[in-house]
Amino acid sequence: MEHTSLLERILRGVALTLVVIFFMFPIVWIFMMSFQTNETILRIPPQLVFEPTLANYTALITGKLTTMSGTLDIAFMRNLWNSVFLSTTSVAVALLLGVPAAYAFARHKFRGSEDIAFTLLSFRFAPALLVLLPLTLYFQKLGLANTYIGLIWVYQLICLPLILWIVRGYFEDIPADIEYAYRIAGHSWFATFRKIALPLAGPGIAAAGLLAFIFAWNNFVFALVLASADKQPVTVGALAFITSSGIQYGQISAAIVLSITPTLALALYAQRYLVEGLSLGAVKG
Amino acid sequence: MTAVTVQRNRPSGFRISKRVLPYVLSLPALLVCIGILIPFFTSVVYSFQRYRLSQPWARQFNWGENYLNFFTDPKFWNTLEISLLYAGITVLLELLLGLGIAMLLQKRTTLNNFISIMLLMPLMTAPALAALMWKLMTNPGFGVLSYLASLIGLQDFRWASSPSTALFTVVLVDIWVYTPFIMILLLAGLRSLPTQPFEAAALDGVPRSFVFFRITLPMLTPYILTATLFRLLDSIQQFDIIYAMTQGGPGDTLTVFQVEAYLNFFQSTNVGRSAALMIILWAITYFLSNIFIKNWLRLRERARGLA
Repeated sequence: MEHTSLLERILRGVALTLVVIFFMFPIVWIFMMSFQTNETILRIPPQLVFEPTLANYTALITGKLTTMSGTLDIAFMRNLWNSVFLSTTSVAVALLLGVPAAYAFARHKFRGSEDIAFTLLSFRFAPALLVLLPLTLYFQKLGLANTYIGLIWVYQLICLPLILWIVRGYFEDIPADIEYAYRIAGHSWFATFRKIALPLAGPGIAAAGLLAFIFAWNNFVFALVLASADKQPVTVGALAFITSSGIQYGQISAAIVLSITPTLALALYAQRYLVEGLSLGAVKG
Repeated sequence: MTAVTVQRNRPSGFRISKRVLPYVLSLPALLVCIGILIPFFTSVVYSFQRYRLSQPWARQFNWGENYLNFFTDPKFWNTLEISLLYAGITVLLELLLGLGIAMLLQKRTTLNNFISIMLLMPLMTAPALAALMWKLMTNPGFGVLSYLASLIGLQDFRWASSPSTALFTVVLVDIWVYTPFIMILLLAGLRSLPTQPFEAAALDGVPRSFVFFRITLPMLTPYILTATLFRLLDSIQQFDIIYAMTQGGPGDTLTVFQVEAYLNFFQSTNVGRSAALMIILWAITYFLSNIFIKNWLRLRERARGLA
C-alpha cells in the first residue's frame, strides 16, 4: 500500500472526484435553485451565476405566494410542523416503550424474550403496505383515521425496532457486575436502572433516538396512506406541492431544502453512531 | 442474577417479583407487537376474499382464487419481473460501487473521513424527496440533466417519462440514495479487519489482485452479505422513490409489488388482489429476512465481542 505509483494516485483522485460530484451535485443544484426566480431557472443553458433571491423562502414561510393570477395559499409550514411534531413524539414514545424493553432483553433471559425481540425486528423488514392497507379500514372504524395518535402509533414500526436493538446492545455492553454491586448495596432494581444502567447507556440511547428521528422524518408511505393534507409531513406534502403549485420550481426547491436540512444536520451531528444505527447494531463504526 | 437476594431499604409500595419484572418492562413493546399482528392477519383474510371497496355487498370468501388468478394474469408477472429486476440491478450496482468507494476511502486520512461523511448526505435525504430532486433535475423543460444529456447528443432524452428509460432513471435515484449505505458498512468492515495478513502479504510481495480476492474479500464476506441482504430486503419493497417519481408509470412499466398493491387498493379498490400481492411479497421478504437475521446476528455478536 505504501509504494503507490503516480499513475495510480492520479486514477484514485479522479475516481474520488467523480464519486463526490455524483453524490453531491443534486444537493448543491437544488440548493442553488432554491435561491433563483422562475425566470433564471427556466433559462437554457442552466445558469451557474445568478442573482440570489430569498423570495422563495419568504413565500414559503409567510404561506402566501403572489403570482400573476393572484395570491395562493401554501400550507408548507404546516407540513414542516407536522414533520417536527410526528417525528419528535414518535421517538419519545418509542424511547418510553423501547428502553425498558431493551433493558429487560439485555439483562434477563425470560421465556419468549427472543421471540418478542425478533418479531419486532421482523417488522422492520415486512412490507409496510401489508399492515397499512388493513389499518386504513380499521382506523376509519376506530376513529383514528387522520389523527396524530394513529400516525404516531404506526410510526412505532420504524422507531421501536431500531431503538430496541441498538439500546439493547448498549445495555449488554455494561458489565452486569456494576449493577450487582449496586444492588447488593441495598438499592432496588429501579434505582439501579435509573442511576447505573441509564446513565451508562445514555450516549447510545441518545444516538438511537436521533437515528429514529431521522427515519421517522424521512418516512413517506405511512402518512401517504393514513393522513390527509392537514396532518401530512413534508415528505408527502412536498409531493402534493409539486402538483398544486404548478410551475413554481424555485419554491419547490426551497421546500426540499427546508425538508432535508434537519435530517442532514442531525446526521452530521450523530455521524459517529450512524454505522451502528444503520446496521441495527451489527457493525460498529 | 439469582445470587442477589440481600435486599435492605426496599422502597415501600413498589414491589415487583423478579420473575415478573422482565415481562412488565417489555409489556408495552409486546402490546405494540400484537397491535401490528392484527392487521397482518387481517391482510391474510382479505387475500382469500373477493373484496372490492366499490362493491362491499359482493364481499365473500373465494379462497385461493386471488392467488390462482395470478398464474394467468400478465400484470402480475410484470409486477414480479419488474420487482426482481429492480432489486437485482440496484443491489448489484450499489454493491460494486459501494465496495469500490469503500476501498478508495479505506485509509484513515482527514480527507477520506470528510468525504465519507459527506457521502452520507444522500442516504439521509428522504427517498421520496430525493426522487423529487431528480425529477426537477430531469425536467424536460429546464432540468440540468436533460440539458447535459442534450450536450452529449441525447436530444429529447425523456428520463422517467419514457417507458424505455423509466427503469434506468429510478435505478439511478436508488443508487444515489443507497450506495452510501453499502459503502459505509463495508468501510467500517474494511477498517476493522486485522492488519497482519496484509502486512504478511506485502512482505511476501503477493500481487494485489491475489490480496483482494484471497484475503480482503473472504474476510469482508460477512459484511458484504449483511449489507447486500439488508439492501435486497428494502429494494424489493421499494415504494417511495418509484411512487414519487412516476407513480408506477408510464403505463405499468414500474408497477413493483408495493406500488401495484397501493394502486389496486386506492384506484381500483380491489382489496383482495392488493392483499394477495402483499402476502406474496411478504413471503419473499420472510424468506430473505431469515437468511439475513442469521448473518446479522453473527456480525452483531462479533461487534459485541470487539467492544
